[in-house]
Amino acid sequence: MRTGKLKTNNGCLAWLFLGPSLLGFSLFYLLPFVTGFYYSLVDSPINGTFVGLHNYGALLKNPSFLSALANTARFTLICVPLNMILSLGVALLLNQKIQGRNLFRTIMITPLVVPVASVVLVWQAFFDLNGVLNSLIHALGYPPVDWMKTSWSRMVVLVVYLWKNIGYSVILFLAGLQNIPAEYYEAARIDGASRRQEFFRITLIYLTPTTFFVFVISIINSFKVFRETYLISGEYPYNSIYMLQHYMNNMFMALDYQKLTSAAFIMAVFIVAVVLLLFIVERKITNMIN
Amino acid sequence: MNRNHRIKNILHITVLLVLAVIFIFPLAVTVTNSFMSEQEIADNYDPVTDKNLSSYNDNTANHFARFQLIPDVVVLKQYYNVLIKKTQFLFMFWNSVLITFPIVIGQTIVATLAAYAFAKLKFRGRNFLFFLYIIVMLMPFQVTLVPNYLMAGQLGLLNSHWSIIFPGIFSTFGVFLLKQYMEQIPDSYIEAARVDGANQLQIFLKIIVPMSRSGIAAMAILVFIDNWNMVEQPLIFLQDAAKQPLSLYLSRIIDGEKGLAFAASTLYMLPVLLNFLYAEKYLLEGIRLSGIKG
Repeated sequence: MRTGKLKTNNGCLAWLFLGPSLLGFSLFYLLPFVTGFYYSLVDSPINGTFVGLHNYGALLKNPSFLSALANTARFTLICVPLNMILSLGVALLLNQKIQGRNLFRTIMITPLVVPVASVVLVWQAFFDLNGVLNSLIHALGYPPVDWMKTSWSRMVVLVVYLWKNIGYSVILFLAGLQNIPAEYYEAARIDGASRRQEFFRITLIYLTPTTFFVFVISIINSFKVFRETYLISGEYPYNSIYMLQHYMNNMFMALDYQKLTSAAFIMAVFIVAVVLLLFIVERKITNMIN
Repeated sequence: MNRNHRIKNILHITVLLVLAVIFIFPLAVTVTNSFMSEQEIADNYDPVTDKNLSSYNDNTANHFARFQLIPDVVVLKQYYNVLIKKTQFLFMFWNSVLITFPIVIGQTIVATLAAYAFAKLKFRGRNFLFFLYIIVMLMPFQVTLVPNYLMAGQLGLLNSHWSIIFPGIFSTFGVFLLKQYMEQIPDSYIEAARVDGANQLQIFLKIIVPMSRSGIAAMAILVFIDNWNMVEQPLIFLQDAAKQPLSLYLSRIIDGEKGLAFAASTLYMLPVLLNFLYAEKYLLEGIRLSGIKG
């Protein structure tokens, strides 16, 4: 299937089709993005004077920003690999001839479609000091833990994140697995490769593009976990789950736009850097395979 | 060998079953508990929701909340409370509809047009522009929050649904997804139509759109789910409680109105859930598409 470019010069036409999208994109995304950067360099959004990187400097000395940054980084570093390993595992299980495969798949992606706000009650009842989890722990004879108000809260957010996001990654991995030609495995088997060798030399290698994509998606969704945290424990949750988004939201409420835009841009630069790095590495590996 | 295989198979199914139960459990609790009476809800959840009782006491085990899947008596009182006695729920449900539907319809039209340009038309700066679209798609909402807020203020959109609908319509996600889909349409179809004398608009309407139908459906469903669930935007842009969507209502009723919380939650997830069950294959297609590299 060739999908090259069409020969005729249709530059003008392209802009007509693109017009509505480009107009809205510029007005509601690009312009705010650029203005946001400008705001981070002045001392007030209205009639401000240019202060260079002063806002960034101040931010990097701000303890609650630093702790929010550290929490976000720590959370991402834990949840992303975990999400990838678990969802690859489930995808491998579902990639076999197993009864009720489609039903399992459906169930795995249900959390993705269910609104967070709908099941917040259940999470609260489960993790509260007087919640269901503690009743199980109590029954086993151990003292209860205040999950949401100790450093355990990080684990609670992790569970909620995994519950919500595994399904999406499983579907992506499944699609990736089904794209690996069966002949590769047959050839390897003829050469006497073990299951383990098959997994490391064929499955993992040919899954590289999918893996990178799942990686990017997992990082992005790890930032979205704010929604869950916010609904479960409000604007000021326990210290260890006070994320960058909490910080930015609270700076917004406090009308401290300089801190907010600077923080937003540090986050933006980080995301762009990670994505660019990933695409470069991915391209190298894909070229190696071919 | 064969026996080994069977044991392994059983093991795998067991693991999947355990996972399935974990995945579906919060959902099951919400739905079944929506048929419980207020008294039964109180019996089960008072240790959590009623903070006066909330001092933990070592000697009594019944100070904990518990999940009960089957109601003692099935009652529809919660639904009566939500739908008939209190009108607030219906108002906020309607707000969710008023915000979500224009976004889904608007984004579908805008994104289909733009995706065609990115996938099949040649113009200067195409790759760079698409790269910008992707970068913006990846940014958290908070990055453009302040300028967006100030601009909404200038345009007089604050506290109006439009302050959420406009950015929603022009979100680049739909363009990204549909571009992936349209790239798979072979150019030969377009060439053939051109030879037959079709102009670009006809090609778009008679070839591209019909051939992208399942891609468009996939996109519409993902956009619907995403916006039906939104929390951050209304939190900032809609200070007026009468204009807020259901997602915010639910986070507020948790304290106090136990007699309807589960029914409200169930009704809130019903449209998405029905949509999902009805169009699961499109949703799967949409997720897969998002994984194909452009």
